Amino acid sequence: MTTIEDLLQQPATVEERKTPILDESSKREIRRACLTAVAVPGYQVPFGSREMPVARGWGSGGLQITLAVVGRDDVVKVYDQGEDGGVNAANLRRLIRSAEPVTTTTDPREADVIQTRHRVPEDVLVDGQILVLQVPVPEPLRGVERDMTELRRMHAEADYAKMWVSLYEDIVRNGIITQTTGYPCLVGGRYVIATTPIPRWDVPPLHQARFLSLFGAGREKRIYAIPPHTDVEPLTFEDVPFQVEEVVEPCRCGLIQPDEEPGAYLVELPGQTGETVWACSDTDWCARRRLEAGLLGEDAIDALEVDL
Amino acid sequence: MSPHTQPRQRGMIGGTAATALAVERLGKIYGPGGPEAVEGTGPEFARSVSPSTGAVIGCWDVSFAVAPGEALGIIGESGSGKSTVMRCIAGDQSASAGSVNLAGVDRPGGTPADLLQLAPSDRRALRIDRLSVVYQDPAEGLDLRVSAGGNIAEPLTAAGWRHFGRIRQRAADLLSRTEVPLDRMDDPVLTYSGGMRQRVQLAKALANDPQVVLLDEPTTGLDASVAAGVLDLIRDLLEETGIAAVVVSHDFSVIEMLTRRCLVMHHGRVVEEGLTDQLLEDPQHPYSQRLVGAARG
Repeated sequence: MTTIEDLLQQPATVEERKTPILDESSKREIRRACLTAVAVPGYQVPFGSREMPVARGWGSGGLQITLAVVGRDDVVKVYDQGEDGGVNAANLRRLIRSAEPVTTTTDPREADVIQTRHRVPEDVLVDGQILVLQVPVPEPLRGVERDMTELRRMHAEADYAKMWVSLYEDIVRNGIITQTTGYPCLVGGRYVIATTPIPRWDVPPLHQARFLSLFGAGREKRIYAIPPHTDVEPLTFEDVPFQVEEVVEPCRCGLIQPDEEPGAYLVELPGQTGETVWACSDTDWCARRRLEAGLLGEDAIDALEVDL
Repeated sequence: MSPHTQPRQRGMIGGTAATALAVERLGKIYGPGGPEAVEGTGPEFARSVSPSTGAVIGCWDVSFAVAPGEALGIIGESGSGKSTVMRCIAGDQSASAGSVNLAGVDRPGGTPADLLQLAPSDRRALRIDRLSVVYQDPAEGLDLRVSAGGNIAEPLTAAGWRHFGRIRQRAADLLSRTEVPLDRMDDPVLTYSGGMRQRVQLAKALANDPQVVLLDEPTTGLDASVAAGVLDLIRDLLEETGIAAVVVSHDFSVIEMLTRRCLVMHHGRVVEEGLTDQLLEDPQHPYSQRLVGAARG
């Protein structure tokens, strides 16, 4: 019989504190969807998206993949718009750690699984690493066709003429292709995918990458993948080259200057007096660079991992 | 591109006059029953509804061939089955019987492939560069929210064009050929008049130099003076390009202007066929006589 004393007892080990969110058969179903997605790069695999302790649209798809693919003693990084300290990232990180026997980090180079919203780390990821992307709208053709049956036919027959027409129209109207995030890309020469809302800056690292990218859309119940060493070509015309975001102003720490290679993806922030300042979107990467440059104390890195 | 298609040939093949499009005993039954349902329908019974099964016989036993560069007319009152024939050839509807051959579309052995037996995806692939359709309603053939240039870019990109400048140039060439003012090329087709929409549809249909174009009542929705202009244009284009055409219309003046040979359809059957001018002068079948009489007032 459970006594009050038992209930008040603190769990003896970390292991005992785990309260799994997904049961093993759910994990298996999600892993099978991931395997199918890897086998058919770019194809959107339907899966039985579960109710998560986060609202749909808040990373429930990415969370399910992460929970399903992590193994014992894996190291997990969760970040949001490049920021490890974002509220949603911190909550998801805590949730994952409470549910699975994993440790967490902010350094993508140490991580086995990196769950992200809207960014790919500036660091070069390597073999064996898995990037899990939270996807709001997995269907790249949603903007050009609404009929689901017709959408499936278009993907099945690789009939992407309407997508090309929308790019043509964009150039005619605006002089450039205006799609900034979620740029449509052809994966493995076959399926067009939406590269979630990652900026254009993050599209080239997906091409012939050494890591596995898994895209999870919880609300739309779809999983798709870019396996390692797969071609990812942004759709564009032969005479209209694909361009990434430019660094127009120096970064506030001064380490990123316009026209300097390799650069980084900067975001615009309001400054103290209402002026605009530019900052590296990837906070962990920026902190490490500033540390190397002697602009930051050692303890600043540890402070990055915000756990409320 | 369909695996069945061979490099395209035009004009004379093997020293004999080639056929661009051949339709054999085409039939379409809406509703229950197979060929037995056809019994008791047709002009001699003056009905299209099967007395045995209640099925509607859209068309039955329709055969014709069109040579490269030839325009063939199909005329009949509304409900006579002429549009059904067109849609079965185009692949918008599945046929119940018969066969359709398009020059150059062969089975792996080299014998002509029956379009009606092709996989739906292969049939759609033919619509990119071999078989075009101009519909009576421009909304069916065009995306009205997209610009005229964009509508033409669709078949071009489907055929593999990936150079923005060349796509634009090709679209401009086609639009100037179909007499659409180029300064309106980037406006949504929604903002165009009916006659201009039809011209854009024509330009789109010609984008990839198809072998055969099917024109389904191309001027019916237009007022008389605009229709005359579009008809003139179609006639010139057919002469210039040497594309084979099938023109479906209920209007003898359209058929007379565009075609030299035509079929008359009634209750889903072909009741008479012949040279257009002879048929107009001297119709043999009572229904043709009625049609001509009505047209001549």
